[in-house]
Amino acid sequence: MSKGMYKAKAWGAKGANFGILAAFVAFAAFPFYWMLMTMFKETRDLMNPNQNPFLFHMPPTLEHLRVLFFDTLYLQWLWNTAFVGFLVVLITLVTAIPAGYSLARLTGKTGERLGIGIFLTYLVPPTILFIPLSKVIGYLGLQDSLFSLVLVYPSFTIPFCTWLLMGFFKVIPKDIEEAAMIDGHSRLGAFWKVVMPMSIAGVLTVIIFTFTLVMQEFVYGLTFITAASRFTVSVGVPTFLVRGDVYFWGSLMGACFIASVPIAILYNLFVDRFIAGFTVGAIK
Amino acid sequence: MTYHTQSLADNEKWLGRVMIAPAIVYIIALVGFPFFLALYYSVSNITVGSNEMAFIGLDNFRHLLNNRTFLRALRNTFVFAFVSQALVLVLAKALALSLLRDFRGKWVVRLLILLPWVAPISLGSIGWLWILDSVYSVINWSCRALGIFGPMTWPIWLGQPTLAMASIITVHVWRLLPLATVILLGGLTSIPQDIHDAAAVDGAGFWRHNFQITIPLVLPIMLVAVLFGVVFAFTDMIVIYVLTRGGPYDTTQVLASLAFFTGIDGGDLGTGAAIALFLFPVLAASAILLLRLARRTEVT
Repeated sequence: MSKGMYKAKAWGAKGANFGILAAFVAFAAFPFYWMLMTMFKETRDLMNPNQNPFLFHMPPTLEHLRVLFFDTLYLQWLWNTAFVGFLVVLITLVTAIPAGYSLARLTGKTGERLGIGIFLTYLVPPTILFIPLSKVIGYLGLQDSLFSLVLVYPSFTIPFCTWLLMGFFKVIPKDIEEAAMIDGHSRLGAFWKVVMPMSIAGVLTVIIFTFTLVMQEFVYGLTFITAASRFTVSVGVPTFLVRGDVYFWGSLMGACFIASVPIAILYNLFVDRFIAGFTVGAIK
Repeated sequence: MTYHTQSLADNEKWLGRVMIAPAIVYIIALVGFPFFLALYYSVSNITVGSNEMAFIGLDNFRHLLNNRTFLRALRNTFVFAFVSQALVLVLAKALALSLLRDFRGKWVVRLLILLPWVAPISLGSIGWLWILDSVYSVINWSCRALGIFGPMTWPIWLGQPTLAMASIITVHVWRLLPLATVILLGGLTSIPQDIHDAAAVDGAGFWRHNFQITIPLVLPIMLVAVLFGVVFAFTDMIVIYVLTRGGPYDTTQVLASLAFFTGIDGGDLGTGAAIALFLFPVLAASAILLLRLARRTEVT
């Protein structure tokens, strides 16, 4: 083959690759692009099926966002999500850090089996548990309280974060702890004073994931909470803003866009660690 | 070295137990206990309002197996999970292969492709609700403008049973594709370049290379992707809750959504628990598969 043909072939492959990627990006990102467009369009502009929906036929407006922030409970829902997220992160850290370390270092063979057992609880989904838990929450008097979510959410964040942290602790060389113990630290002291400062990245990952899991959770929120002012954002928007026949599409799309995109960007920074926790944990 | 200060802080065995105890207690109390409660509810006639309940044996299950809505939901659950996973697997392989090479702006592409997985799915589904709207659907407008739809064609995506099924499968694929892609990408990048080079030297073409080298090597990791995908698609009710609420006429109901509408909205906790438990065999099978996978790679 001549040099020119090689070049043409390489360009062809590049072009095909580009085409495939462009198609996938369009598929993945279009709904978010559409949210962004819709939230700035006048309602009369949105509600005319005869004109090109890709263009602005009237000047962009901030009216939908004003309605969203001042006339709905959206801010309250964001605040509720943050509140629940903060407490669930705390509970998860306090339980999963020692558990992860214990599985990585202290419990040996039994720990390995225990670790797999903990990981498998991840396969018992809310779909099976929400009915009995609704009764438990009622019995505890936590119905309609954000604390029902604070209590239940760690049941799925702890298993995953324990598993994730175990991976982080395993890669820290044992010598470092042994050296610390020779220097006079206790076993626990070596963990706290030496291993923990080296695991900040792991802890940060756990915080981000716990928070996104809380933000994405839907079934428990829908089951335990009925008062509009106590919803989290992922439940409040689809149940409360989509009620009745009149859809305020502009505000609705704004609500979805504002709550999903920032958290997506944050999460994206940590996604490789997340996948490592998902697969390497299960495979290696 | 002397070991005269064997306090708790130095005793590895006890320290290990104490440190893991809170996590175990939490999981037993909020996963293990409710799971057995679910088993118990499924053989009782418990409802939301009252605290009285009686053991009724397998009546809930027997009634369900004669209930057409339930059988439809059972079938839908399998259709949704397997069709969407098959599509996800093929698409994820293609996408992962084209993401393998380096190019400028790759991180933006990755961010955009990951968006559907990362954003809360209840909110992403609302985006689709608007895209698939009966009057203002941008898909319909574009297809008509491009001449794909004639003047009389205006599909109501979420209002016709077959189209509604297709729409829900599409949204599931949209949502699960990023996860499978990233998992596969991890597997693909872990194959040493030597192997690819050796195959190229030996004259393996694209398909041969794919089916005899790449796919066997990423098979374990592919299985993990499929397993998690199946579990997610199998147990999810959010997409259906937002898009169709199981309609039109319960034709898109799945076990998870039916359990919710029966157990929580309808107040019949016993039947709801029984519906949800039909998911369990598949989940147990996934768990066993994952365990075997973990063990096999441990040995090698």
